[in-house]
Amino acid sequence: MRSKVESLLLPLTVAVGFICGWHLAVRWSGTDIFPTPKEVVLGTVELARKGVLIKYIVASLFRVSAGYLLAVFIGIPAGLLMGWFGRARMAFNPALQVLRPISPIAWIPVAILWFGVSDLAPIFLIFLASLFPITTSAMAAVQNIQINYIRAARNFGITGLELFRKVVFPAALPQILTGLRLALGVAWLVVVAAEMISVNSGLGYLIIDARNAGKRYDLVVAGMAMIGLIGLGLDWLVRRMETLDEVRWGLSGR
Amino acid sequence: MTRSTAAKIAVRGIWMTFPPMERTQPGIIVLEDINLEVADGELICIVGPSGCGKSTLLNIAGGFLEATSGEIRIDGLPVAGPDPRHIFIFQESSVFPWLTVEDNVGFGVKRSDPAERKRVVDHYIEMVGLTGFGKAFPRELSGGMKQRVEIARAFAAEPDVLFMDEPFGALDYLTRMKLRSELTQIWQRERKTVLFVTHDVEEAVQLSDRVVVMGKRPSRIRDLVTVDVPRPRDLDNPVCRHLRDHIFRVMGLDHSGQSIERPGAADGTDLGEGSQTVLIRKAGG
Ligand SMILES: Nc1ncnc2c1ncn2[C@@H]1O[C@H](COP(=O)(O)OP(=O)(O)OP(=O)(O)O)[C@@H](O)[C@H]1O
Ligand SMILES: [Mg+2]
Repeated sequence: MRSKVESLLLPLTVAVGFICGWHLAVRWSGTDIFPTPKEVVLGTVELARKGVLIKYIVASLFRVSAGYLLAVFIGIPAGLLMGWFGRARMAFNPALQVLRPISPIAWIPVAILWFGVSDLAPIFLIFLASLFPITTSAMAAVQNIQINYIRAARNFGITGLELFRKVVFPAALPQILTGLRLALGVAWLVVVAAEMISVNSGLGYLIIDARNAGKRYDLVVAGMAMIGLIGLGLDWLVRRMETLDEVRWGLSGR
Repeated sequence: MTRSTAAKIAVRGIWMTFPPMERTQPGIIVLEDINLEVADGELICIVGPSGCGKSTLLNIAGGFLEATSGEIRIDGLPVAGPDPRHIFIFQESSVFPWLTVEDNVGFGVKRSDPAERKRVVDHYIEMVGLTGFGKAFPRELSGGMKQRVEIARAFAAEPDVLFMDEPFGALDYLTRMKLRSELTQIWQRERKTVLFVTHDVEEAVQLSDRVVVMGKRPSRIRDLVTVDVPRPRDLDNPVCRHLRDHIFRVMGLDHSGQSIERPGAADGTDLGEGSQTVLIRKAGG
């Protein structure tokens, strides 16, 4: 299996090259602020020993889960309804399309005003950031359903809620899942930004705190690396869902 | 026609006009006074040039479209919408890709007892030759197999009328031939009333009890051809060949597909509305 070996070896080579380059760049520039890879690893170990690493990861994941799940439970039904009922789409879609391009970061002052410095502010921001892609993709998914599926279902006497459950939802699911994946990526981006400002725990807080309290750039980079790795893990989870037979038919090329 | 009281499907004075693309233009008249009576258990094919309104007529009968005027009655009741007793099989496959073959075939099964359900599903999967593929997803099947799933799903709902809109149109020649003969066998066993749209004249001759021949838009029924040849039918059978050529002429084409100046003139008949051609197979022919 040459390709399997290659698919492991190639990225590994790049990673090793990157770390070596990083190490050499730090050495040659003579900086005493920016850490070497080794210092970052030591910093990570230090954070883990003190128990803050796991605490911060849990805090960040909790906020993301809360905001994201709220968006899932509101966004999917809202999107399905807007996709199905032309009237609902006519009424709500313009508002949605105006709100959508506003960066969640721009909402930070508003969130602090409404929720103060608490867990609620970042959760609200994550909720907003995930809501728009989820709703929009669910809506588009319903509009793109092949009319034949609906007609066939009606022919077999399926109507109302049963039609939604048995046909509309499963037919829209692949595209909904694409929206969910997109939204999770955005949510993970936003949690870090939100934590830098309005709370005192989490990976975003870790980064800003390490910088402010003693310019500990080894911890800053350690925080960044954790964010990247966890983001990768989250994306992997959603991709796993995309291999299920119930949705694979609608996702090309994966 | 004398079947009026016993007719399973009665099509009476159907007109269909679609609204025009631009407001200033008149609507497009697609169907012009279609009348037809179909007996219980009869297999009728509808042929005609592309765009003449075959799908439109079938959709009206299936309850998916409303006619501009006229009505279609099934079992004496006006068609008011889609009905599980009258199943439509689509031009493009409408097999649900998120369900396994088994679940697709079981989709319209009305029985509630699980053992009964399974028996019905297995029976129809076997009938279309897909035994062993019950757990497969449509994605893993060929086009012909998917069309078989569609047919099994329709039969498993135990309808008494089937509307089929070019169900084999997207398949390659060999698969089409195979499914055609399978459908003949299934129909002989189950004796559903079938309205089958095709633009393949040979398919119509091979399958049907009677062939409804439609002309160019706005369409009327140009001829109603009875095919009285025992099944399974060989297309090289002289009666079949003769009927095929006759239908081509009615449609305004000779058997090689060339256009004829005056449709219907070639065999000396003036094909007014409702004319009927009946050809009885010569003994031993
Ligand atoms: N919803 C619609 N709105 C406007 N015109 C339509 C509509 N549906 C069909 N038509 C027109 O009606 C005519 C008949 O269409 P129909 O689909 O019934 O033809 P057909 O005989 O099934 O053709 P084919 O063999 O190509 O499937 C076509 O000319 C088409 O342009
Ligand atoms: Mg058609």
